[in-house]
Amino acid sequence: MASVRTWLRGACLGAAAVALMLGVVPAVTPSAHAQGGPPIKIGILHSLSGTMAISETTLKDVMLMLIDQQNKKGGLLGRKLEAVVVDPASNWPLFAEKARQLITVDKVAVVFGCWTSVSRKSVLPVFEELNSLLFYPVQYEGEESSKNVIYTGAAPNQQAIPAVDYLAANEKVQRWVLAGTDYVYPRTTNKILEAYLKSKGVKDEDILINYTPFGHSDWQNIVAQIKKFGSAGKKTAVVSTINGDANVPFYKELANQGIKATDIPVVAFSVGEEELAGIDTKPLLGHLAAWNYFESVNNPANKQFIADWHAFTKNPKRTTNDPMEAHYIGFNLWVKAVQKAGTTDPAKVIDALIGVVVPNLTGGFAALMPNHHITKPVLIGEVKGDGQFNVVWQTPGTVVANEWSPYLEGSKDLIADWRSPMSCGNYNVVLGKCGGASK
Amino acid sequence: MTFFRCLLVLLVMFVAPPAPAQDDPFAGLASGNFDDVSAAIAALALSGNPQAAATIGALQTDALFAGPEAAVYIRTDDGWVDARTGQKAEGVNEDDLNPVRVNNAVRRAIDAALGSLNLFSSSATVRAKAAEDVFRSRDPAALPALARAIAKENDAGVRSVMVQARAAARLADPASSDTDKLEDIAVIRARGDIEALGLLSSLHDQPAEVATAAAAAIASIKRSEQLWSVAQSVFYGLSLGSVLLLAAAGLAITFGVMGVINMAHGEMVMLGAYTTFVVQETIGAHAPALSGWSLPIAVPLAFLVSGAVGIAIERGLIRFLYGRPLETLLATWGLSLVLQQAVRSLFGASNREVSTPAWMSGAAQWGGLTITWNRLTIIIFAVMVVAALMAALRYTALGLRMRAVTQNRRMAAAMGIRTPWIDALTFGLGSGVAGMAGVALSQIDNVSPNLGQGYIIDSFMVVVFGGVGNLWGTVVSAFTLGIVNKFLEPVAGAVLGKILVLVLLILFIQRRPRGLFPLKGRAVEA
Repeated sequence: MASVRTWLRGACLGAAAVALMLGVVPAVTPSAHAQGGPPIKIGILHSLSGTMAISETTLKDVMLMLIDQQNKKGGLLGRKLEAVVVDPASNWPLFAEKARQLITVDKVAVVFGCWTSVSRKSVLPVFEELNSLLFYPVQYEGEESSKNVIYTGAAPNQQAIPAVDYLAANEKVQRWVLAGTDYVYPRTTNKILEAYLKSKGVKDEDILINYTPFGHSDWQNIVAQIKKFGSAGKKTAVVSTINGDANVPFYKELANQGIKATDIPVVAFSVGEEELAGIDTKPLLGHLAAWNYFESVNNPANKQFIADWHAFTKNPKRTTNDPMEAHYIGFNLWVKAVQKAGTTDPAKVIDALIGVVVPNLTGGFAALMPNHHITKPVLIGEVKGDGQFNVVWQTPGTVVANEWSPYLEGSKDLIADWRSPMSCGNYNVVLGKCGGASK
Repeated sequence: MTFFRCLLVLLVMFVAPPAPAQDDPFAGLASGNFDDVSAAIAALALSGNPQAAATIGALQTDALFAGPEAAVYIRTDDGWVDARTGQKAEGVNEDDLNPVRVNNAVRRAIDAALGSLNLFSSSATVRAKAAEDVFRSRDPAALPALARAIAKENDAGVRSVMVQARAAARLADPASSDTDKLEDIAVIRARGDIEALGLLSSLHDQPAEVATAAAAAIASIKRSEQLWSVAQSVFYGLSLGSVLLLAAAGLAITFGVMGVINMAHGEMVMLGAYTTFVVQETIGAHAPALSGWSLPIAVPLAFLVSGAVGIAIERGLIRFLYGRPLETLLATWGLSLVLQQAVRSLFGASNREVSTPAWMSGAAQWGGLTITWNRLTIIIFAVMVVAALMAALRYTALGLRMRAVTQNRRMAAAMGIRTPWIDALTFGLGSGVAGMAGVALSQIDNVSPNLGQGYIIDSFMVVVFGGVGNLWGTVVSAFTLGIVNKFLEPVAGAVLGKILVLVLLILFIQRRPRGLFPLKGRAVEA
């Protein structure tokens, strides 16, 4: 037993050594001292290696671009901005360590970071303990509101529920397959969706829920099962919360077994332009995705953003996606709040943030609500042959996030409001007090 | 007044069937509203306009554009064509045009329209596909066209699909007679696949006689479907087994024969997949004519690349660690991280697209069995790779030396075999086989730096279960695990299924620590 422990420890050291070798050390961009004092440091906490590197590397790059642009405009409060990039290497406990390092050692004013819910949960206690500020840019399962986190991604009612409504209304879908990867985001989202569908009169036998492990690559019989489920004479759709690497083999199998979007459409919540880059999309024509932003959205702000992005990355083929827009909004919210507060002190900036409004990239505005979530339009896009999405539907205005789902027993009485005097992330309106469920 | 009324009646008679969009279906296409576009497509297909097929076909390939004043243009390789006339259009400014956008409802309308238009195509495959489209769309509007097409059709295979399409369309038509419907249900029942089941289940509000016949047909299709599903599960199992076998075959050499715990084995697979990507890109850029052949070309190259890396690893690292399994494990694991990050820096973190050649796309229907071409190809490829590997070990001089060295190193050395050299080549062979596996896996999985990680545990499982050092054991074990997995998955779910397989495996190893086919003999006992 001891020997096993020894080599486990060895393994850990080995990993650390390898990580060091690969240059996983904080890279501090060269600072240019401006007139008004030392530069303001901004922490970027995205995995640059490991499984999540595929999605998170892009977000690091977009933050560097936004900071660079702000500096060209003369910085903030007369000071330059300086990025502090760390690599938590897709390792959840390491996220917490790196967050602590950013706040206490590097003394950053704000952190932009995390992708998976588990990484956010891992850093949450650190941000609350040190009373710092995190901008989280990814769509997630909701059921959370922290004083120290600004959620710029979508809550379930800003993505999943409108998508289901669209399918029911426009495609007359009556039978639902809820397929997801087996972890917290799909499980919570599917729980909310199941409750929502049942509240709309969908029967038990018309809902099929299926979970698969991370990185699942053999989809043959699950796709066959979906096909069979879809042959009961009612229009069927798949609502997919399948995450990351498992998507490519899933879509390849769909195409090979001849399931077309006109027969059984698949609407996905985790598949964007970046994920489609690894697949030939011609057999996937018409499958759907629900997001708050698509690269193909046609308006001047978005065109400018894409042009800047191509120029910054020196790659005219780099795609843009929804979490990038979330960082764009988040960064601008923070800049505006700092200007409003006249300081970068997180405690003051958090108070100044609520009510700040900035333009988004889809032609509207994003406002930060008292629940620390932003208002977003919901867009439904269909996959095109060139790997982009064609927006076929969108909400008439923006949608306010339900951080606590009204469809779940445990959370339907809770609200979050970070304005004083309430200043609470889970206020129970039935019991009239802060903290806790209604039971 | 009466005169006007008379005129009105006359007008209605002449313009019938009246619908404003039908005056000029092309205007509907330019409307920008999905419902109007769908209606325009249906009207265009029925209008008998000679431009109908070309226009709807252009819509399908995103080549239809709407201009000012309801002008509609088709983008072709040599300029713009006016969709109404089919003539070349001059002076079209692309900035004034908007693509006619398509959603799923429009796509369904396109399929239905092209279905009835292409029923008279000169190619039998196009006609069969058109009939299949009508079968899926169940559009009663296609009935007159179908009747003409069936009367003209000479090809028996295409004719039977057309008859099925007619049955589907007639069942969806409230005007059809009960006798026709009973005949149609018999046709659909004979088709007997999952689409037939879907169609029959969707029939509602039918006369009692028809409803009974439909219920009987559904029951019969479901029964045969259940029998076929066993065969289908076996195919899925064989397919999963072939993937496991490919991933594990190389490991059966490096771990099974040489006893090296190589945690970087998955990365050899990953290198093979990236070699495929590079080959495909190179061929696409320099010799597009060969692009259908990029996979067969990639196989030997992937073998060489992974094999060379394998030899370098053996010479540079593993040879210092023989007899120290824990250190080998750690060193190769560290190496796997290095290789992953190297590939990530070189190719970027996102997935790379390796396209599937046409001959590997799609599926064949054989009775109630769906056989996807890519999976079938991989099964055949896996069997070929293992057969070649066995032949190499058994019939080549190198194979003889490898066996000699692994069975009795000192005696082999005494006979003049350069054992360190043989070690390197053996390791290279195992790695090269892993590289070939990567070519196959690029067809069904992500080509990403993490590709290998997903297979390393499964590969070790297969080799240990089969019996270390026995290639036949690896073959039997890969297919057994594949089939057991695929029979458990529908019952227990993918997550629990995997856990169950692992538990069963542990129990099995408890009873038979040396696996299915343990090596016997003095070399093992010693």
